[in-house]
Amino acid sequence: MNVTRIVSVAPFAFIFAGHASAAGLADAPPGALACSGCHSTAPAETAVPRLVGRNPGDIVAAMQAFKTGQRPSTVMERIAKGFSEDEVKAIAAWYGSQKD
Amino acid sequence: MRRTSRREFLKAAAAGAVLLPLPAIAQGASARVVVVGGGFGGATCARFIKRIDPRVSVTLVETDRTFIACPFSNMVIAGLRELSAQQFGYDKLATDQVAVQFSPATGIDSQRRTVTLGNGAELAYDRLVLSPGIDIRWDALPGYTEAAAERIPHAWKAGEQTLLLRRQLEAIEDGGTVVISAPANPFRCPPGPYERASLIAYYLKTKKPKSKLIILDAKDAFSKQRLFENAWKALYPNLEWVALSKGGKVTSVDVGTMTLVTDFDRHKADVANVIPPQKAGRIAELAGVADRTGWCPIDPATFESKLQPNIHVVGDASIAGAMPKSAFSANAQAKVCAAAVAKLVAGSTPDEPRLINTCYSLVAPDYGISIEGVYRPADGQIKEIEGTGGVSPLDAPNATRALEATFANAWFKTITTEVFG
Repeated sequence: MNVTRIVSVAPFAFIFAGHASAAGLADAPPGALACSGCHSTAPAETAVPRLVGRNPGDIVAAMQAFKTGQRPSTVMERIAKGFSEDEVKAIAAWYGSQKD
Repeated sequence: MRRTSRREFLKAAAAGAVLLPLPAIAQGASARVVVVGGGFGGATCARFIKRIDPRVSVTLVETDRTFIACPFSNMVIAGLRELSAQQFGYDKLATDQVAVQFSPATGIDSQRRTVTLGNGAELAYDRLVLSPGIDIRWDALPGYTEAAAERIPHAWKAGEQTLLLRRQLEAIEDGGTVVISAPANPFRCPPGPYERASLIAYYLKTKKPKSKLIILDAKDAFSKQRLFENAWKALYPNLEWVALSKGGKVTSVDVGTMTLVTDFDRHKADVANVIPPQKAGRIAELAGVADRTGWCPIDPATFESKLQPNIHVVGDASIAGAMPKSAFSANAQAKVCAAAVAKLVAGSTPDEPRLINTCYSLVAPDYGISIEGVYRPADGQIKEIEGTGGVSPLDAPNATRALEATFANAWFKTITTEVFG
């Protein structure tokens, strides 16, 4: 059996495995990808505000205001209640880091 | 000793990916994922696996070159929208490096991990995702056969059936009777029959005001019930809902006389729409992932089948606990499944997911209502997180209903762009 050839293949596989995943989707925290059902990740004119590239502090504040009912909403009050503050912070940080 | 060629070595390594319990990528071979079904679940899943980890080789298997979306198809039935607004193609998936095979999946060998297609191709997989949607249970309602559906449409898969029901409504006389039969749970799109009834009632009120509409229901309760009932009282006095306990369950269909038969009555219709009992799409049965209910039990964190390892099921076909069978759910589940599959083929552990569902229904073109929930795995099922979810307020002003109709339209545009755009 040709040992040399096997060795020559192995580093190739290693380099291949080292590629970064695209757009940080692999790092999306739990729940983040569910938001994009309504909040477009593609640049678009839509009645629902986009989250991509938004200041994370603003997203966290908005979610808090939705949760308490302080900020009027249709569906967001009920959805905001499903996420803890830490979960919201993680989602907000991730969307804040996304770019078009 | 014989020298092993590079080609033979790679071939052996590829075979090893199937035979050894090691994750494919750890061995240097590209993991192979096959996704069957190109709707909101399958097309999303295929795209997101590729976007999360471009090294994974992803093939989407779909019968039709054009996808026809069900959400908003009730607007097509009511003549308020064209079917072309429901149609989407798969070109953008190809540019995402998802290989698309337009042929039906006809067999799955879960031992050899292969999918056979109608065109004779055989696809090997490390992980298989099934998103086959629903099939009609043609054996469940006496008299309601595939041939009967040519006369009495179900229109529960969008396309020619949608247009057939629309043409029939356009053809009836003012003063005619439309009868809709709604099935017992579970079925695709729980508020769908009532949105359809609303929009047909809108059409009748506008164009044929002497006509009436009756919903015969195999249930005593349904999604967004009080919201629908309040709206009907205000907008559609000619709409009547007959609950199960009032004899609403249709027990047979007489297509020759256009009659829906219940235990107590016979309802002769000028236009009838039978929304029949359903089950997971047939390929789920062939793969051995459907249980006796006809639907597919899954792990709530990864959507891997509880009956067959390495096969995942998302969307309407899955038993997703508290999540309804909706396009929004299918899309959210597909993204969770994609993240889990990407981790599993790379040999790591999937995260505990959070899922959302939001479903809008239109009671009239400018009158929207919604239901939503946030979900997590608990006790082996997908459960709604306590204190979340619910429906639009019962006492909202018209402006809120109009805003929700706007959001409904925005949702359709956003989700179809994410899946097909």
